[in-house]
Amino acid sequence: MPATKIGVRDRLHRFDMRYTPYILIAPFFLLFLVFGLFPLIFNGAVSLRTWRLDDPTRDGWAGFENFTRLFGDTEFWNALGNTFGIFLLSTVPQLFAALIIANILNRRLRATTWFRVGALLPYITPVVASTLIFDVVFAKQYGLANWVLSLGGVDGVDWRAEKWSSWLAIATMVNWKWIGYNALLYLAAMQSVPRDLYEASALDGASPWKQLWKITVPGIRPVVIFTVVLSTIGGLQLFTEPMLFEPNPQAATGGARGEWQTIAQLIYKVGWKDLNLGYAAAMSWALFLIIVIVAIVNALITNRVGGGKK
Amino acid sequence: MGRAPQDTPGSIWNYVVLVGIIAFFAFPLYWMFVIATGTDADLANIPPKVLPGSRFLDNVREVFGLSEVYFSASLINSFFVSTITTVSVLFFCSLAGFAFAKLRFKGRNALMVIVILTLTVPNQLGIVALYIVMGKMPSSDGTGWNGTLAAVIVPGLVNAFGVFYMRQFIIGSVPDELIEAARVDGATTLRTYWSIVVPAIRPALAVLGLLSFVTSWNDFQWPLITLGGTEFPTSMVALSDLASGNYVLYRRVLAGAFLATVPLLIMLFVGGKQIVRGIMEGAVKH
Repeated sequence: MPATKIGVRDRLHRFDMRYTPYILIAPFFLLFLVFGLFPLIFNGAVSLRTWRLDDPTRDGWAGFENFTRLFGDTEFWNALGNTFGIFLLSTVPQLFAALIIANILNRRLRATTWFRVGALLPYITPVVASTLIFDVVFAKQYGLANWVLSLGGVDGVDWRAEKWSSWLAIATMVNWKWIGYNALLYLAAMQSVPRDLYEASALDGASPWKQLWKITVPGIRPVVIFTVVLSTIGGLQLFTEPMLFEPNPQAATGGARGEWQTIAQLIYKVGWKDLNLGYAAAMSWALFLIIVIVAIVNALITNRVGGGKK
Repeated sequence: MGRAPQDTPGSIWNYVVLVGIIAFFAFPLYWMFVIATGTDADLANIPPKVLPGSRFLDNVREVFGLSEVYFSASLINSFFVSTITTVSVLFFCSLAGFAFAKLRFKGRNALMVIVILTLTVPNQLGIVALYIVMGKMPSSDGTGWNGTLAAVIVPGLVNAFGVFYMRQFIIGSVPDELIEAARVDGATTLRTYWSIVVPAIRPALAVLGLLSFVTSWNDFQWPLITLGGTEFPTSMVALSDLASGNYVLYRRVLAGAFLATVPLLIMLFVGGKQIVRGIMEGAVKH
């Protein structure tokens, strides 16, 4: 073989070894930079400006005007309260129910695959579609929820009239969607908890309930923390359910008096209905900070409760 | 006594509870179908009608016949968007996953840490700026990408979860010796990827493909922002248009919702086992 040919081949080979890896990962990083990281940072710049969609000439610096306005904005505080209310009503029962279901599925049962696939039905259902269904279920006059209540002799509830009832209805939709998914995550983790721990505790006469709290839950702590963080991030950004619970979604008001308007929904309203992108950007930065703080606090608490004192 | 929960036979009550829970999960889908097959009068029936009616095809025909919302076009748009996104995610994420799992290059670990960090960054929070960025994208008429499908497709072409998932799977399922043997035989990196890695990761590709399709199909917030008010949005935005206004016909809206859910139900029916396994494996490795 001629020496030059080997040289070219050799050089190609070296180029391949050295640079191809970067070419392979480049698409991810390029797209992330342009459509993920840059908007997030640029959002900070937009929040310091007067940026209106209907009047592009008004694009000067606003300083911290958008942020100071936030503090006196009752709509913002109302939305923040709603977001936390719905968040608590959904996350806590959701993860608790997921834990119980996973614990059942962790027993020796028939047809477990069937149950597991069934648990994913809500996960694959579009939130838009399921929310529209729950709209009918929680209708005031002919809704199924009120009919069931009437069977128990309870008067019908106007689900969209009060904060508590609208929060409960929306939390039900969120719980429906995520219980099964979280149960599968817990089940996966439960299967790798060492069995000799159970054997030892059974010798001490521990009940199944006690085993669940003393062995299983501490054993799957990392996954519990993961789900808590995940549902915090998702729960505080709740958008579709409150949007479509509204009889007229285009308004984005979250009820006649903002009973269930969430922050994500308010950001949409301020940005694309009131056309004030600068103020909407300030809100989303505030929400970002809130999410980070809550996620950290939650992770710390979960770590404590789960027995991570070591 | 003395047994792990996994060894304890489930009692009849376990089955009762589980069947009740599955019924709760399946119920909204069933109810959607019931209303999609009914008349306006059926909706105002007390006690509620619990069996499907016979008007499903009429309602579907009505949804497709609407001139305010082009529902059939929106379904085609959703198929288009989700298919392109899925193919792209599978290709680029498996390439990147392969690089992170098996290739040696400077800065590999630091870059992987960045990928993992981006998993926790909620992109939604930069949505205002993303809208502005899209407005600045080059286009023939100078108005940017907002209002076009490009704005929906391009940000979803790759994602951090896909890269992470592929990396984990490739580490565990493609032996280093096989890669090295291919190298010794003179195979290029791409050739190695195509003839050794791809055949070995087919199950993972199936799971990631199903999950990507579902995520893309179901996305609502960003498509609503960038496509809201346009004539040809995706099906989720079209559904929210159907449900807007003072006089909403739920049998029609839910017939549309049912049509937009069926493709995903089929995917779950066909690939359910794989999706379950994929989600559970992903959980343990986190």
